[in-house]
Amino acid sequence: MNMDAQLAAHLSGGRQAGGTLLEVKNITLRFGGVEALKNISFDIREGEIRAIIGPNGAGKSSMLNVISGFYHPQEGEVWFRGEKRRPMRPHQIARQGLARTFQNIALFKGMSTLDNIMTGRLTMMRRNMLWQALWKGPAEAEEIAHREAVERIIDFLEIQHIRKKPVGALPYGLQKRVELGRALAAEPKLLLLDEPMAGMNVEEKEDMSRFILDVNDEFGTTIALIEHDMGVVMDLSDRVVVLDYGRKIGDGAPAEVRANPEVIDAYLGVAHE
Amino acid sequence: MIYRETGDFKTSYADDQQIFPIAQDRFAFLALMAVAFLVVPFLIDDYWEKSILLPFLVYALAAIGLNILTGYCGQVSLGTGGFMAVGAYSAYKLMTAFPSLDMSLVVITSGLITAMVGMLFGLPSLRIKGFYLAVATLAAQFFLVWLFNKIPWFYNYSATGQITAPERFAFGVPVTGPATDPWATYLFCLAFVVLFGLIAKNLLRGRIGRSWMAIRDMDIAAEIIGVDPLKAKLSAFGVSSFYIGMAGALYFAVLFGAVEVGEAFGINASFEVMFMIIIGGLGSMMGSFLGAGFVVLLPILLKTVLVDGFDLGTAFAKYIEITAFGALIITFLIAEPHGLARLWAIVKERLRIWPFPH
Repeated sequence: MNMDAQLAAHLSGGRQAGGTLLEVKNITLRFGGVEALKNISFDIREGEIRAIIGPNGAGKSSMLNVISGFYHPQEGEVWFRGEKRRPMRPHQIARQGLARTFQNIALFKGMSTLDNIMTGRLTMMRRNMLWQALWKGPAEAEEIAHREAVERIIDFLEIQHIRKKPVGALPYGLQKRVELGRALAAEPKLLLLDEPMAGMNVEEKEDMSRFILDVNDEFGTTIALIEHDMGVVMDLSDRVVVLDYGRKIGDGAPAEVRANPEVIDAYLGVAHE
Repeated sequence: MIYRETGDFKTSYADDQQIFPIAQDRFAFLALMAVAFLVVPFLIDDYWEKSILLPFLVYALAAIGLNILTGYCGQVSLGTGGFMAVGAYSAYKLMTAFPSLDMSLVVITSGLITAMVGMLFGLPSLRIKGFYLAVATLAAQFFLVWLFNKIPWFYNYSATGQITAPERFAFGVPVTGPATDPWATYLFCLAFVVLFGLIAKNLLRGRIGRSWMAIRDMDIAAEIIGVDPLKAKLSAFGVSSFYIGMAGALYFAVLFGAVEVGEAFGINASFEVMFMIIIGGLGSMMGSFLGAGFVVLLPILLKTVLVDGFDLGTAFAKYIEITAFGALIITFLIAEPHGLARLWAIVKERLRIWPFPH
């Protein structure tokens, strides 16, 4: 699967690992006396799929929360698109071109699939309240333009049939897909996926893997993902960061990481003498 | 013609996004508007005006306001009475300071002033949620009523402490004061409710409405997708208070003509509007109207039945009425916690697949 995708990418020329998109430098994050992340540094290159893996409690989600601006690390810097990021609120970070999904689905349950995905376009909509109140004219034109973009995403994710359904009533796999759609609608430079395949069956995992590869391939979106399923990670990602107890213990191509004794130790356990 | 959307194909997103996507709904709405604007004004009398139609319209406007804040943006408020008072006193001050100002402008300006006050009292919502926010808005309720009682400037130093609406005109027709025609006050309130009802719907189906609902459903995810919670919550407080302020202005100036702040805009008023949106349906425009209708009309219905039908004494009937009203609310909430709007939606859903429900 990975081979095919890479081949296709090479042929189309749509997907090439370029310069550094995001770099975290010496991040240390503490909650009281607990050090969740200890001096972590790695980078994410433009156009790649970067996986963050590690056992439970390794600090993967904390890392993602630092990148998306939920947590402010005590030490270290985040560089995004060549600039050091000053401390800012998550909604400001969203405007810089960063979108994410959540481990436990965080959709807007009272809204339809369409409205949920439309919220991904909120940062791009400009018409003020007076135009909105009038509706006819500029506000409607803007709404339609963004609706078209959203409909393309709905087609892409094959969720046309649930367009008008409230998302609260949808099955789990579809909700995950809608959440991916909402993040995609924001047209992010960097897409963060927190366990996109958690709790899915094999078929749903295959679907989701296909979507992730297609997003990366067709839109050229850089993706950072956390995942537990090693098979999926090894197939999907270009490079892998391995965390354990808040430390970085491995970084590199999937094959390299898999051969790393410290990684094997952390994942499988070794008999100590 | 059978009620359904089959065969009514939408060929543009504009068609798909209209307020009433089903053709029969559109016709029903237009027919209702035609009756309300062209037929009712010729039939209306004092009783229908003062007891039924005006209270319904004014409370519907207030319910839309509170529904925007609580039903759509998820911020609980118990300050509705206080904000209605701000609208009423703004209208009073404007009417007495600028006698030639058209009443429609008076009402809108009162709404704008209330919007400012509402945003001020909405500031705590940035830090606190749920029950705690309800308590904070309760403080607004008591503070505002106290303020209008305490400072004589607000009631122009009148001896009674009441405010009384002088005669004022809208488009050359008197709509406040002692000598008004029922059709004029009715049309005045109806125009406000229809116009601002449509505006509310427009706001709710676009960018602003989605950011409100996103905050309501999951504020963390809303922020991560780019919704500024400060802007979303304060705009919800502002727009909501704008509607509630206009309702307060109409309540005072057009419906009653004179009010005493503690009596008219006390905590009871806050609860009454809150009942309306809970019974009607949180997060539904239809619910605002159904709830207002239910709360305004049911007591009248009960009274008519008890006094005229069973020949009970008025005082005794009043007790029964209150008890029955409370019991009905409880029954309703147990039977359909999502309010009358959900019942309405279920009926429409049944109708769509009738007569082959499988």
